[in-house]
Amino acid sequence: MSLSVDIRHRLGAFSLEGAFTTSGRLTALFGPSGSGKTTLVNLIGGLLRPDAGRIAAEDRVLVDTSRGIFVAKYRRRIGYVFQDARLFPHMTVAQNLRYGRFFTPASERYGDIEGVVELLGIGHLLERRPGSLSGGEKQRVAIGRALIASPRLILMDEPLASLDDRRKAEIMPYIERLRDETKVPIVYVSHSIAEVARLATDMVVLDTGRVAASGPTTEILQRLDLLPEEERAEGGTVVDMAVVGKDETFGMSTLASGAGEIQVAGLDAQPGTIIRVRIRARDVIVATEKPRGISALNILPGKVIAVSAGDGPFSDVQMDCNGQTVTARITRQSASQLGLAPGLEVFAVVKSVTFDRSNIARTNTGELAAPASTSVDNVS
Amino acid sequence: MQWLLDLTPDEWNAVRLSIRVATVATICSLPPGITIALLLARGRFWGKAVLNGLVHLPLILPPVVTGYLLLLTFGKRGPAGAFLDQYFGIVFSFRWTGAALACGIMAFPLMVRAIRLSIEAVDTRLEAAAGTLGASPIWVFGTITLPLIVPGILAGMILCFAKAMGEFGATITFVSNIPGETQTLPSAIYTYTQVPGGDACALRLTIISIVIAMAALVASEVLARRVGRRLDVE
Repeated sequence: MSLSVDIRHRLGAFSLEGAFTTSGRLTALFGPSGSGKTTLVNLIGGLLRPDAGRIAAEDRVLVDTSRGIFVAKYRRRIGYVFQDARLFPHMTVAQNLRYGRFFTPASERYGDIEGVVELLGIGHLLERRPGSLSGGEKQRVAIGRALIASPRLILMDEPLASLDDRRKAEIMPYIERLRDETKVPIVYVSHSIAEVARLATDMVVLDTGRVAASGPTTEILQRLDLLPEEERAEGGTVVDMAVVGKDETFGMSTLASGAGEIQVAGLDAQPGTIIRVRIRARDVIVATEKPRGISALNILPGKVIAVSAGDGPFSDVQMDCNGQTVTARITRQSASQLGLAPGLEVFAVVKSVTFDRSNIARTNTGELAAPASTSVDNVS
Repeated sequence: MQWLLDLTPDEWNAVRLSIRVATVATICSLPPGITIALLLARGRFWGKAVLNGLVHLPLILPPVVTGYLLLLTFGKRGPAGAFLDQYFGIVFSFRWTGAALACGIMAFPLMVRAIRLSIEAVDTRLEAAAGTLGASPIWVFGTITLPLIVPGILAGMILCFAKAMGEFGATITFVSNIPGETQTLPSAIYTYTQVPGGDACALRLTIISIVIAMAALVASEVLARRVGRRLDVE
């Protein structure tokens, strides 16, 4: 499934203009508030009609203003999970779930109700009314309702934004299961790097109504200059690593990646488990000689690929550590004093690695454990 | 108690007729009432202000004026009256159907207002959500909008019924005060107050009017509460 968007739309003083194509399983539309994310999903879902442009899903043209094509939202078969759930108050949870199924041609129904109810863990809510559900439960029912309508694409507009951290942690694993276990591609609106890094395979960065970048999440998150100012500290390297060893004496685990082995603490996972870890650029120190007598355990040899120019106080250094790109955010002063330039042999000292605990619990035991927290900062 | 129920045939006729007139007026006003409420709440068209004014006109005009206009339009020689008589055999003037028409017209603004307010209170975002689930606009109306405005519709119907039960000026002007045909409760009460010794009868009918009005009000409260419990709006 590929989605291609090329539109121009004006809403009062705000204008949205941009083009991107994605075929990711979960594509994040990422940007600060007011960057046009919701407008963009509303255009894809058919809730808004663009002033000009073209939107196509696979080879099905949904909007083409030059040819006068505009497919109504109820004919698009695009599911939409709203920030505010929008469950129908006069129906039970079960009736809400079945609602969209009625309008789907029998030959195109793939979302079986029992499967979805089980996937989202909402079996005990079926007879209840939406008014009596918690925020997290509402959002899960809303996801189920969209899924049972058997859509070809699901849009999620910040489904976690109105929830507290506990509820977020409660829903994230379900969205991951949706991404991994169903074939429906997802477009996910978010303004949080942590969410995007965890969930998205691909991402589109929006900035004041313009598409600033689009591509695989791992590549985009390395490019700190593409991220909005206030989220830059969260950017960095996202990489999947395999657990290869465990040391009981010190409670350390060893993860292997292209860049070399990394040791982390507090990771309760069996060898063989794949874990998505994020190495924030601000947690990486650059050294021109191999440091000795230092508490940091993870020192990766590499070569400088690029040093970002600019007149801000910070400088982003991209290093090639045995094929894996690692980004460090250091002061421009240090970059200048160390004489960092492309080609220079350096060592990346990783102060801390961020990974998801619930992610591990899932791959570890094969079923969902109650997630205690979204992420763990691992200082080693 | 016996005194209260010991009605003369004319009095019985007036009670029965009033209930029939009010019921017919309410039921016949409902479809156009919902349609016009929808148009006024959601529609964007030229002449919306004119339509709104026309609907509300009976509320602000003296009832006698409305009744006279009805007589001019729907009377035997009036343009609409002659047409309906000739092609459909429907006669309004000096018939109970005319009383129902007069009551319906007089109560129409109340019904439209109640329904319109409830339509405006419906969260259109729910309707958009139903659209993304594959429901066409007609289905959205039937499965989302209509169930959510049921309390407003009930309120509108009760208001309409109560107004029709009490309508006097337009009815008496349009269809006169013929016992057994067009003499509704208010007309009958008025008549008894004009004849010597009619006070007891007038009081009796007054009490009956109050009972019917109260019963309608209580019925609407009960219905609205049941619907409200079912809706359980967040």
